[in-house]
Amino acid sequence: MQTQNFKSPVVRWIDHRLPIFSFMHHELHEYPTPKNLNYLWNLGSLAGLALVTMIVTGIILAMHYTPHVDHAFESVERIMRDVNQGWLIRYIHMNGASFFFIVVFIHIFRGLYYGSYKAPRELLWILGVLILLLMMATAFMGYVLPWGQMSFWGATVITNLFSAIPFVGESIVIWLWGGFSVDNPTLSRFFALHYLMPFLIVGVVILHIIALHRFGSNNPLGIDVNGKQDTLPFHPYYTSKDLFGAVVFLTIFASAVFFYPNYLGHPDNYIPANPLQTPAHIVPEWYFLPFYAILRAIPDKLGGVLFMFGAIAVLFILPWLDKSPVRSGRFRPIFKVFFWLLLADCVLLGWLGAKPAEGIYVILSRLATAWYFMHFLVVLPLLSYVEKTRPLPQSISTPVMGGAAMAGSAAPREKPDA
Amino acid sequence: MRKLNILTRGLSAVAGLILSGSVAFAAGAGGKIVERDWSFSGPFGNFDKASLQRGFQVYREVCSGCHGLDFIAFRNLADLGYNEAEIKAIAAEYEVEDGPNDEGEMFMRPGIPADRFPNPFANENAARAANGGAYPPDLSLMVKARPNGANYLYSLLTGYEDAPESMDVPDGMHYNSAYSGNMIAMGQPIWGDDISLAGDGDTSMEALAADVVTFLAWTSEPEMETRKRTGIAAMAFLLVMCFVSYGSMRYIWSDVKK
Repeated sequence: MQTQNFKSPVVRWIDHRLPIFSFMHHELHEYPTPKNLNYLWNLGSLAGLALVTMIVTGIILAMHYTPHVDHAFESVERIMRDVNQGWLIRYIHMNGASFFFIVVFIHIFRGLYYGSYKAPRELLWILGVLILLLMMATAFMGYVLPWGQMSFWGATVITNLFSAIPFVGESIVIWLWGGFSVDNPTLSRFFALHYLMPFLIVGVVILHIIALHRFGSNNPLGIDVNGKQDTLPFHPYYTSKDLFGAVVFLTIFASAVFFYPNYLGHPDNYIPANPLQTPAHIVPEWYFLPFYAILRAIPDKLGGVLFMFGAIAVLFILPWLDKSPVRSGRFRPIFKVFFWLLLADCVLLGWLGAKPAEGIYVILSRLATAWYFMHFLVVLPLLSYVEKTRPLPQSISTPVMGGAAMAGSAAPREKPDA
Repeated sequence: MRKLNILTRGLSAVAGLILSGSVAFAAGAGGKIVERDWSFSGPFGNFDKASLQRGFQVYREVCSGCHGLDFIAFRNLADLGYNEAEIKAIAAEYEVEDGPNDEGEMFMRPGIPADRFPNPFANENAARAANGGAYPPDLSLMVKARPNGANYLYSLLTGYEDAPESMDVPDGMHYNSAYSGNMIAMGQPIWGDDISLAGDGDTSMEALAADVVTFLAWTSEPEMETRKRTGIAAMAFLLVMCFVSYGSMRYIWSDVKK
């Protein structure tokens, strides 16, 4: 890495021995970024912002929280009532989890639409899926900590899934619980792991960013950057754009935290955990609902668990399922239709996850689950061969014509005048 | 324009996800719910202090016979508009267990503002024994712990009716149009005119029920007024920052050729 010539002698002295200032200049300032990124490319930095928010509020909450079955619920209420601004810290953390998932889900669908998982960004994508998995584990264990009814029964249902593993399942569940039911040992280890895992996420996020900076961001056209005329230095162009995005995000986030803090939660979790009384409907947090629907769609317990994890696993191998050389959905007329179908399918699965597992909901869940896997395992590999893609522009700085004009012409586009 | 189009489509997908989540919360309740306008609903809502005080009186004279208020201390009553002397006087009306003293004995003493409301029963078994097997739940969080909490509680308190002839209500149970399954162990708590309010307060069943629901909304969310006020300030700041950051972005990007 080239070292920079900084004005301040102190900075120069440090940078000569430890080139962190050069590093930051290189990766955050001059880092060349495609000039045509749309607002969907804001979601990455927003996810980072959400992660930091969760860690900061989480550490403060941990200072006041008691991970014990007799005190956990009360200690959360003490945070809400007696700790200065405790209600704010707790509501930010509680809603922050939902907003973190909203941001990450949009980020993932952005990647799906614009083919950001394709070569040479396969590892970048895989690291991202790994972050999603870690987030899900962290969020699940965090939801157990207030020790309300849904905490307890959610933990019971989800940990019980492991009993489906042949031969060793029962032993694994007892090992996870640290006893013969979800109890104090379960709560204390979930607390320890809930504190640990965000730092694992930070580690994978760093790898995610290193992999990103190797080839830079993908872009809405999905074509490679041709040279300097196609990029802008990250600072001040994308720092200013990310800042605007962050403020808009915070505005929406704040309106939930201050005015509807419990909208995304479940009222039952304000009832202290009671192992003797099962709630009428055990539902996970909204961000797990699509996976929950897949779990319940399969009539066999082990099968359900396998399909649920399979829904994530299929994302790991996505770069090798979609072999189309064209990245962006903009130039893939058929893929585009299937993309929106997939999004609708995921929303449908989320809706079904909230419904009781009976009657028409079961049938719909099975169809939606089948479609989810069909999309990745059949549709995408087939499209790679049969789809006739639209011609790609020659470079990012080529003047972009309207979508309609682009659709008809198969002729090579004009040379860029820039 | 296309960028905007994709953005709005993405956002509506998220909205769809959020709505699908909220569907889950409606599950569980099965009764008839009356929707009411509350002083505390909406981003600008406040607790009506007079109603809070009346509701507190209803709690003291009716509900507290069976239901605890674990998370509320007498000092919290300052939110209802009582001053320090009044709070001390209210606390002193309660007997609170303290100790052990120098002889190692537990003893009873008058309450002080730092004490929480004492429970009507020593433990859950005692509560069940006194209530025909049913356990009167703690009310501190009741409005947050039920879907559509305030309207639900109001409907429950005003929902005692004669059972339809087809329904056989066993001894110790009561018909209630709001309760899931319509069969509730709690007898009708408020009948109207069963409390004499200071001044000429409305003592109809509906008015007393609304007052005690307002009080319980406060016990569930004592931070609500501070939260919403802080929220208004935060939103004002963030909206201004939206324009500022948008303007600075546009200014910085003005030299970029598309």
